[in-house]
Amino acid sequence: MKNSSGTAREKGTDLLKVRNLHVEGFSDERWHPIVRGVDLSLKRGEVLGLIGESGAGKSTIGLAAMGYAKPGCRITQGSVLFDGVDLLSMTEARRRRLRGSRIAYVAQSAAAWFNPAHRLLDQTVETAVAHGIASRDKANSDAIDLYRRLQLPEPESIGFRYPHQVSGGQLQRAMTAMAMACRPDLIVFDEPTTALDVTTQVEVLASIRRIVEDFNTAAIYVTHDLAVVAQMADRIMVLRHGQTVEEADTRQMLTAPAQEYTRTLWAVRKLAKPEIQTHDHILSIDNVTAAYAGRVKVLVDVSIKVPRGRTVAVVGESGSGKSTLARVVTGLLPAISGSISFDAKPLPLSLKERSKDLLRRIQMIYQSPDSALNPRQTVEEIIARPLEFYLGLKGQQRDRRIAELMHMIEMDEGFLDRLPGELSGGQKQRICLARALAANPELIICDEVTSALDQIVQEEMLTLLMRLQRELGISYIFITHDIATVRAIADEVVVMHQGKVVEQGLKTEILTPPHAAYTELLLSSVPEMDPDWLTTLLARRKNQGIASAAG
Amino acid sequence: MLAKRAARAADGAPLGIRMRVNPVAKTVLQRLGLGLVTLFIVSIIIFSAIAMLPGDFAKATLGQSATPETVAALQHEIGLDRPPIQRYFSWIGKMAQGDFGSSFASRTGYRRTVAEIIAPRLYNTMFLAVMTALVAVPLALGLGILAALYRNSWFDRLVNTVTLTTISFPEFFVAYILAFLIISRDTFAGTQFAQSLPVWLAVSINWTLNVVPKFPTLANISDQTPFWEHVWRAALPSITLTLVIVAHMMRMTRAAIINMLSSPYIDMARLKGMRPMVIVLRHALPNAWAPIVTVVAFNLAYLIVGVVVVEVVFVYPGVGQLMVDAVKSRDVPVVQACALVFAATYILLNLIADIISIATNPRLLHPR
Repeated sequence: MKNSSGTAREKGTDLLKVRNLHVEGFSDERWHPIVRGVDLSLKRGEVLGLIGESGAGKSTIGLAAMGYAKPGCRITQGSVLFDGVDLLSMTEARRRRLRGSRIAYVAQSAAAWFNPAHRLLDQTVETAVAHGIASRDKANSDAIDLYRRLQLPEPESIGFRYPHQVSGGQLQRAMTAMAMACRPDLIVFDEPTTALDVTTQVEVLASIRRIVEDFNTAAIYVTHDLAVVAQMADRIMVLRHGQTVEEADTRQMLTAPAQEYTRTLWAVRKLAKPEIQTHDHILSIDNVTAAYAGRVKVLVDVSIKVPRGRTVAVVGESGSGKSTLARVVTGLLPAISGSISFDAKPLPLSLKERSKDLLRRIQMIYQSPDSALNPRQTVEEIIARPLEFYLGLKGQQRDRRIAELMHMIEMDEGFLDRLPGELSGGQKQRICLARALAANPELIICDEVTSALDQIVQEEMLTLLMRLQRELGISYIFITHDIATVRAIADEVVVMHQGKVVEQGLKTEILTPPHAAYTELLLSSVPEMDPDWLTTLLARRKNQGIASAAG
Repeated sequence: MLAKRAARAADGAPLGIRMRVNPVAKTVLQRLGLGLVTLFIVSIIIFSAIAMLPGDFAKATLGQSATPETVAALQHEIGLDRPPIQRYFSWIGKMAQGDFGSSFASRTGYRRTVAEIIAPRLYNTMFLAVMTALVAVPLALGLGILAALYRNSWFDRLVNTVTLTTISFPEFFVAYILAFLIISRDTFAGTQFAQSLPVWLAVSINWTLNVVPKFPTLANISDQTPFWEHVWRAALPSITLTLVIVAHMMRMTRAAIINMLSSPYIDMARLKGMRPMVIVLRHALPNAWAPIVTVVAFNLAYLIVGVVVVEVVFVYPGVGQLMVDAVKSRDVPVVQACALVFAATYILLNLIADIISIATNPRLLHPR
């Protein structure tokens, strides 16, 4: 089995056959269809990619392939034949015996899917021991072997840590080890790298791909990221509204998609803005250092200038300090040292010392509109609040301005009496934007505002932001981890790593080689549509590693 | 102790580098300190509340016919003529040294210390509390876990209904019903009600009643009562208290576990093919201890400080009755000592609950 790690993988007999699958979910007092008649089949050792936007039903299908429906969902029709037996009609006890031992699951957010109360090793071997597949000792040593294969640091001892004691990327690999523990025939990967940084993602993808090949495990790989699925899957199935759009081999799907919808997904983001250089700066951050609870420094000696009416994109991985930067600029976290000047006047570091007018001029939009909007206030109340608070608008004046703002964010006034819960993700983020605009700000800090949105909605949101900048001359600090977003909107780019600015300058300067070493690592880790991208990248890094070790 | 730690930290480490104290130990010390502060504040409240009571010991014992001179003499003898602030500090100062003082009922040559008055009563109260807790806590946890496991089944509904019913009645009512049932053992057959029933029904009710052991309806205990005899006599009060406190703890256990069951890691356990019992016991319960322990501590505290009504019904000589009697006779040192013991119990049990909550949270126990 070990020496089958070449590119040509032996594809065996049929393993999984899903026929006419229907799943419903319960919300708003009634059952809604989530999956509507999906067929799917998988051979031994084959990897099938399920791709689609949020709400396409891809995760639900992944779970249904294990004969499982989440609480609040039910499988209403169809059959799931696993190795010739229908998972849906067998007894719960028989399904339990299959789960974990022959079909396993790897979830998106390992931090939430690992039990916080138990050590990693105990959770990794639990299935093998409970199903009587291996003794505790044997399972332990096997788990350590798996940790080593997945390239986890300190494989002998990492299992004795608790989930909160290891990083996200390590946790995701530990979860893969947990799924592998019984050497299942099939693993369902549900967006296993979506929550990770790009540089970590590369490592996890490589680990997963290698181990799946080593053990010739069949897999269903669920993701919304095409470039990722291109690296992992033999075959891709595109889903929309719970139905199959099309299905083909990976290379064929990438080069010649048959359906119009697929092509819109495929089209690399067309948005690209030519940069404009300005020397008139609205905000200038000078040698700022900040720390939480007076201890760990999260920003060290950071200096950034924001040109007036332009966009500065701040890129970096989680923990790079980019969100802290936003908190420092807004004054939520006063800097320990350094200075900030706004519109050529010094800006008090602490929120409490800023005048109401200064507060008005700098606004912020957050990543998750769900937590940034009060679920009990209507859209009108949400937008009216800054109008009343900052500008003292009342009555007709207020209503007229609200109508104007709704027009600006391209939404109908009919939405005004809705609650945030009744809006889509993209609409909610627009409401957040309208609330920020209501204060007539000069600078808006956008903290990962598009990362929770689907590709197409993202593009609309970015276009809107750019139009508003042209019309109103607002400056943006745009915090993101997504390089494609940077290409679309930035004039200048700041690359951050571990609380420091690695590089900054005009977009083209930063994005074209030569880069600083970290920028190079970051840019090269962004997956590309080419199915050979990961293989090539790993080979190149290996060569460079050898070269540098030799030199 | 704190001073010692501070001294060690000061001479060893240069400024800015703090000693790494185990965070759990740190929290425990903090809570302990807070508990002492609370106890101090409570002592002030107790003292002022009692000082505000109308009348005093001298007037209460000497009666209405006493002359002002005799009252003043007695007041002077037991120190009631001193200003309240002075009395408070002398009381709390002695208390801190473990001296509970003397009862006002002492006379020259016949000193009765508060400690010797309270000790046997406190032993009885503790005896009843521990005995009840040993039954009630495992019962409540077990029922709660089973109810969570088989939630929305007839078992779950039955347990919920029964425990809700028992908690809805005032405790003295539950106590009297139980006592009535015991008495009915012997009297049922002779009642008019029994004779109006069909014979088979009357006989089977009588048989059922006779299955119940004949617990004593009066729990009179002395310090000579042997251990098992004590258990036997305290059975009925203990059952009453069990019925009163099980509902709370059971419902919290059930709710805390069910709350955990919607976590992603429970989904994961299901997808790993774990049996429902394993999911509840190994995956949900360890994360649910904090709320459960808090409610258990609250109920255990009730067993010590809140059982006076049950004590009265079964004439059980516990601290509760002692305190009520002492309030009646204005025997202030005894009242104050009882109140302080109650407060300390509350604080201590809550402290223990906090510590257990921390100890069951690996994030706090094993920092990164």
